[in-house]
Amino acid sequence: MNRDLICIICPRGCMLHVEEQNGELCVSGNACPRGKQYAIDECTNPLRTITSIVRVSNREDTMVSVKTANPIPKGKIFDAMEKIRAVSVEAPVKIGDVILNDVFGADIVATKDVE
Amino acid sequence: MVQHDIVIIGGGPAGMAAAVAAYDNGVKDVVILDREEDLGGILRQCIHNGFGLHKLGQELTGPEYAAVYKEKVKERGIKVFYESTVTAVSPDKIVTARNREGILKIQAKAVILAMGCRERSRGALNTPGTRPAGVYSAGTAQKLMNCEGYMVGKKVVILGSGDIGLIMARRMSLEGAKVEAVCEILPYSGGLNRNIVQCLEDYGIPLYLNTTVAEIHGTKRVEGVTIAQVDANRNIIEETKRYIDCDTLLLSVGLIPENELTREAGIAISPVTSGALVDENCQTSIEGIFACGNVLQVHDLVDYVSDEAERAGIGAVSYVLGENKGSISVATKAGKGVRYVLPQTVHTDSGKDTALFLRVTEPFGKVRFTVTSGDEILATAQRLKAAPGEMEKLIIPAEKLARVKEEIVVTLDELN
Amino acid sequence: MKYDVLIAGAGVTGAMAARELSRYQLSVCLLEKENDVACGASKANSGIVHGGFDPEPGTLKAKLNAEGIGLLYEAAAQLHVPCKQNGSMVCAFGAEEEPAIDELYQRGLQNGIGSMAILSGDEARKLEPNLSEAITKVLHIPAAGIICPYDLTIAAVGNAMDNGVELKRNFEIDKIDCVDGFVVTSTEGEQVEGRYFLNCAGNHADEVAELIGDRFYDIIPRAGEYMLLDKAEGSRVSHTIFQVPSKEGKGILVSPTVDGNLLCGPTAAKVAGPEHNETTNGGLAIVQRLAAKSVPSVNFRQVITSFTGVRSSEKNGDFIIEESKKQKGFIHVAAIDSPGLTSCVAVAKYALNILKESGLELVEKENWDGSREDTHAFRKMNDEEKDAFIKANPTYGKIVCRCETVSEGEIRDAIRRNPQAWDIDSVKRRTRSGMGRCQGGFCSPYVMKLIAEELGIPMEQVSKNGKGSEPLLGKL
Repeated sequence: MNRDLICIICPRGCMLHVEEQNGELCVSGNACPRGKQYAIDECTNPLRTITSIVRVSNREDTMVSVKTANPIPKGKIFDAMEKIRAVSVEAPVKIGDVILNDVFGADIVATKDVE
Repeated sequence: MVQHDIVIIGGGPAGMAAAVAAYDNGVKDVVILDREEDLGGILRQCIHNGFGLHKLGQELTGPEYAAVYKEKVKERGIKVFYESTVTAVSPDKIVTARNREGILKIQAKAVILAMGCRERSRGALNTPGTRPAGVYSAGTAQKLMNCEGYMVGKKVVILGSGDIGLIMARRMSLEGAKVEAVCEILPYSGGLNRNIVQCLEDYGIPLYLNTTVAEIHGTKRVEGVTIAQVDANRNIIEETKRYIDCDTLLLSVGLIPENELTREAGIAISPVTSGALVDENCQTSIEGIFACGNVLQVHDLVDYVSDEAERAGIGAVSYVLGENKGSISVATKAGKGVRYVLPQTVHTDSGKDTALFLRVTEPFGKVRFTVTSGDEILATAQRLKAAPGEMEKLIIPAEKLARVKEEIVVTLDELN
Repeated sequence: MKYDVLIAGAGVTGAMAARELSRYQLSVCLLEKENDVACGASKANSGIVHGGFDPEPGTLKAKLNAEGIGLLYEAAAQLHVPCKQNGSMVCAFGAEEEPAIDELYQRGLQNGIGSMAILSGDEARKLEPNLSEAITKVLHIPAAGIICPYDLTIAAVGNAMDNGVELKRNFEIDKIDCVDGFVVTSTEGEQVEGRYFLNCAGNHADEVAELIGDRFYDIIPRAGEYMLLDKAEGSRVSHTIFQVPSKEGKGILVSPTVDGNLLCGPTAAKVAGPEHNETTNGGLAIVQRLAAKSVPSVNFRQVITSFTGVRSSEKNGDFIIEESKKQKGFIHVAAIDSPGLTSCVAVAKYALNILKESGLELVEKENWDGSREDTHAFRKMNDEEKDAFIKANPTYGKIVCRCETVSEGEIRDAIRRNPQAWDIDSVKRRTRSGMGRCQGGFCSPYVMKLIAEELGIPMEQVSKNGKGSEPLLGKL
């Protein structure tokens, strides 16, 4: 394995280089430990945070924004969107309220208050 | 006419942070005027994550970042006038606003301008063709999708690779649209690298550089666009013209600080940033009127907006309390490789380390920035890369600043 | 029911005809194929009240232009349509072009234009400092002016409707049967009947004439491209600046608009059909180059939009206003290109006279009211007046369009008042919402909500300019 990546953890966008040495992944170019973890994840099990919206059923024309509480496997993004699209919530909603449990390893939580 | 110490125009990230900073630094009579029904500004529609890593030490979505500051505003009991649009600011700091109760006139001791920016429209691009439905600025599409919950297009071409365009490419893909292409007239993207990876590459969306939309087709709704490559002078190369079938064109072709009130007040504007000329406290050419956030300069990160707004808030407090912020000032200047430097003037006798913010003219590899005044080097900094899309920050130490007599120049040198 | 008069086309000509007819005890129906009035050349032209020096003496154009100026100013005042007598200047660049100025002056005399003056380049630059140094001689026509053409059309239709005229929109004429008058069928199968028929169908007038077997003229659609600049450029000139016709073409003008913007254009290109209202790279380049020739300091970075209007000309170059020789009661009002806007009231009166001669009895209504409420009244108020007005009408305190400072109340009024705005572009033409520097970026979602609410339709059905132009493709 020998890969160049752009880190997406923060806006800095470090240029990462990953090399396999003796069965271990060695990361260079990262400015922080999170970059190293990102590079390893990206080469073994790439993860993404998904954000979307969910309709508030008891408020006219109101949407609440949501996110996966932690990153989920990149390959499951569209499956996760299907599940998110299928739900609606009832107000009041608070930031952090769990809207869906365990969607490919992450809760879907509200990112906005709706009174 | 009512009176308030500090009046803040705009309740987005800049306005909220300025209000909180002003309050916390000793002026309690602070009010915010906002044209919307809720605080947060454009963050309300930025449901994606990536906000707050610098400022708050955690990665938040736009609404969450806004909520942090909304809570701070609320805790302090700072008065907010909602759905109140400011229509005039006078040089003697009378702020006129309009809301459902009537015309509101406030005599302020200090005013902080935090109105944000707007998107460049199709009209400003002079893109030839018809004028059908389905041509949106990316932010309008974002609002319709994320706040109102509507689908705005199914087959999409995006012109401009600024961050909003990239974010919308992903957002529309997630909702099932096919994003056919992102076209960028420049030889490089203006967006952050991470967004090119996680918004385009993740979804297999092609980014065409040196490419623009040459014509828009369709009578009622967009039916397609002709894209074409451009030469070094940005003229279309005829033989590269190519038709793409689509029902929607999103434009992400630049942000313009909304300085109409600023201009009408008679405040001097920089032709480069399109924002007010300011000192290190964000004070404009009219004493007691401050500017911060995207109305001052278009930022790439909201975290830096909050920082800047805090400086404006503190600056306004000093002005209201009559504190001395320094009396000797020199100009700053963008040298080789640098597009602009902000603030445009700094006080040399403020006794404080002073930050300069700048953007480079084009993408570079490894570079060194040098801040000089006359023969003296005030600061240097190295970067592994520099791009116009990323704002740079350089600090001049107070003791060096104190010796400055001449214009301060920032230059960039490429390193191998 | 059988209407006394059917009018095809709600452009400025049809609108003024409708308003003139509304003075009399007649039933009148105005048929428009689009979702709003003023959707053809009447929404996209120079907005000039022409001085009258241009038309060839002895033509109908010359006569109706001269008669039309005063009538237009009078109608605009009654309808509260802003217009301004800002004067125009025709500029010659060098000795070669100077004789053209004298010719135009002589023409103006023959056409009965009262006040004109010939100025040197320097004299003209005293009045208009941003004129090019290359301008050597100028014809100055103080009576010329500027007016908003769609504002005038909307106001005239509104006033006609207030006086009893009916407006049918989305009525595209498919067939006309001439049996005891005219039975008109739309492409959707709707029928209306009328005793008399005014063909004010603009670019489609020849096609409508063909439906009664009397197409003795062909409309030549000519596209004119324009660039509209931000109000920051609006005071670059105060007069309307023309150039003498030259080998580079004729008629690229630089003019302030009544709303305070700067308008540059038009080009003049023959196009295949009236639907060709697209802008082109080449056309916009010509506009820039020739506008800069007259006024070099125009800052084209301030362009907020560009657009094309398609004008209906005819090979003989004159208006065609006459009764059909094949079908009595069918009046052609065709090929009304420039100075059609200036002449619109005179054209309408002229057409009415033909109707009268053809046997239509014109009995005046006792209660006709030619004035229309000032739809821009709120905009003109000072802060104290606005404050009082908002306290009684709170929706006027909510600003929807920040660039042009348009309130929710003004938008709701535009959706309710005759002729109702049914789509986003119609709201824009009536209120200026979305017409400013952000071009609707911020306000269009809110405007869509107001339209949906007022018309009682879902957001997805709100259109830009009629069926097929809905911006939203469904709920998420």
